[in-house]
Amino acid sequence: MAMSQTLAADGPRGPKPRHRFSKRNIFIYGTLFVVAVYYLLPLYVMVVTSLKGMPEVRLGNIFSPPLEITFEPWVKAWATACTGLNCDGLSRGFWNSVRITVPSVILSIAIASVNGYALANWRFKGSELFFTILIIGAFIPYQVMLYPIVIILREIGLYGSLTGLVIVHSIFGMPILTLLFRNYFASLPEELFKAARVDGAGFWSIYLRIMLPMSVPIFVVAVILQITGIWNDFLFGVVYTRPDTYPMTVQLNNIVNSVQGVKEYNVNMAATLLTGLVPLVVYFISGKLFVRGIAAGAVKG
Amino acid sequence: MASTMSSAAKRPSRLFRNLSAKIASVPMILTALVVFVGGTLWTVLYSFTNSRLLPRLKFVGLDQYERLWATPRWLVSIENLAIYGILSLIFSLVIGFVLAALLDQKIRFEDTFRTIFLYPFALSFVVTGVVWQWLLNPDFGVQAVVRSLGWESFAFDPLYNSSIVIYGVLIAALWQGTGFVMCLMLAGLRGIDEDIWKAARVDGIPAWRTYLFIVLPMMRPVLVTTLVIIAAGIVKVYDLVVAQTSGGPGIASEVPAKYVYDYMFFAQNLGQGFAASTMMLLSVAIIIVPWAYLEFGRRR
Repeated sequence: MAMSQTLAADGPRGPKPRHRFSKRNIFIYGTLFVVAVYYLLPLYVMVVTSLKGMPEVRLGNIFSPPLEITFEPWVKAWATACTGLNCDGLSRGFWNSVRITVPSVILSIAIASVNGYALANWRFKGSELFFTILIIGAFIPYQVMLYPIVIILREIGLYGSLTGLVIVHSIFGMPILTLLFRNYFASLPEELFKAARVDGAGFWSIYLRIMLPMSVPIFVVAVILQITGIWNDFLFGVVYTRPDTYPMTVQLNNIVNSVQGVKEYNVNMAATLLTGLVPLVVYFISGKLFVRGIAAGAVKG
Repeated sequence: MASTMSSAAKRPSRLFRNLSAKIASVPMILTALVVFVGGTLWTVLYSFTNSRLLPRLKFVGLDQYERLWATPRWLVSIENLAIYGILSLIFSLVIGFVLAALLDQKIRFEDTFRTIFLYPFALSFVVTGVVWQWLLNPDFGVQAVVRSLGWESFAFDPLYNSSIVIYGVLIAALWQGTGFVMCLMLAGLRGIDEDIWKAARVDGIPAWRTYLFIVLPMMRPVLVTTLVIIAAGIVKVYDLVVAQTSGGPGIASEVPAKYVYDYMFFAQNLGQGFAASTMMLLSVAIIIVPWAYLEFGRRR
């Protein structure tokens, strides 16, 4: 008796229990599932096609799993597929991309983090103006600045070299990264900076000893953003390098869309997967940080 | 002379204050002034010349622009960009928002679904284009599969049909980009106060009406940012078309960015390339300036 009274007084607690198979849940999960299948299908087709031999590709249906699994297309795409006169496969493009991406990521992040630090803590006359120009510059179509950069690179003798492309990537990565770092450094407590100043630390020692150790997360976000961005670049690669220094994306396009020869769809798909592998691995390893990176780059603007 | 020297010794000149910060900012200043401002002005200036293989300062007024707007390929490019742009804006916003709303229902496996929807965004446009070229291949792809299931007259070959090829490109672009829009929208939805939902529920407003008339208007900042990001990306679309269709069949899927590249680096007609890229700049300015004015002008 007393039990039921207290129960009635308190009323039922907690959220209203939901039926697991309510109409609403079936609708939500059903829709999400169908969409997920749609999103996964191209990846599945890529994998399946790349594991089939050409006769099987010609006969069968692109969605059917391979009857006989062969890794030959992968080997061919990596080592012997032809682009123009070079027949050493995507491996060349892969190493070019590595040689472009690694220094570009380091250089662009080094420059942008110092920029962001200067903009957040060491404002000088005109610093905000330059920053504004930088942000507006992020919206200018690259096509507008392509040719002037060709001229600049030619003048300093770097046109067509990997170094030139690294500089280009550092330039075009600067707006978004500077924004990212400026916002991050500005969010750190100012007392830290002031205390270091009182102790006599200068520009560089505060940056190296206080700011860097405190901003590992934002550096990770920047690295993820830059690796995927630079690895996936096509336009700058095709404009600022020569055929023997083409990055992987450009080489992939040349392999797939070359006019001469018989089309080997299985090799094409293996090559496509190889090119997409690096950003995919970065994406799946980084998980939520990737989301944070793109959201930070986008929303805070 | 001596007095100025001594005063300089007492108080260091303004130029040398914060010297390290200024030196450290040299790359940024050079990028901003030389590349962004200088490069843009240079291109606009040379778009009024008749430069062909090499840039030359021989002004011809608006000739390049007149020629540009009389070139069928440019007109096709603009038309394609308009169709592609408007549809991809609408579809990616709607699909992105619906997916975000579905994921926001406190469901299980949210992370799994989000990972699946977003992974195409990690892939390059070249990879996207090549994959969808294969999926839309009429002899092996979706069309062949549906036909083999018994529907013999089924026709879906956008990449070989010049009147619908741009929709083939659109399909690939949406697959690549909607996950990103969804993520932005989800961030926007998560930023909305729980109490709004409680209040709406107490008032007995159905969920779809709450979304449409209460939540969406509250997400205005996120929506506007998303819109600007998508729009700026649309104008730049280049690698996707190159990889998926190479502009074909014929010139049916050409886009402005490809026009610029081809005239600058293949046709050796720099003036045309500069004029076309200036038009691209103008179209971006039309999108960006009102937004920047609304976003930043109001704060002052």
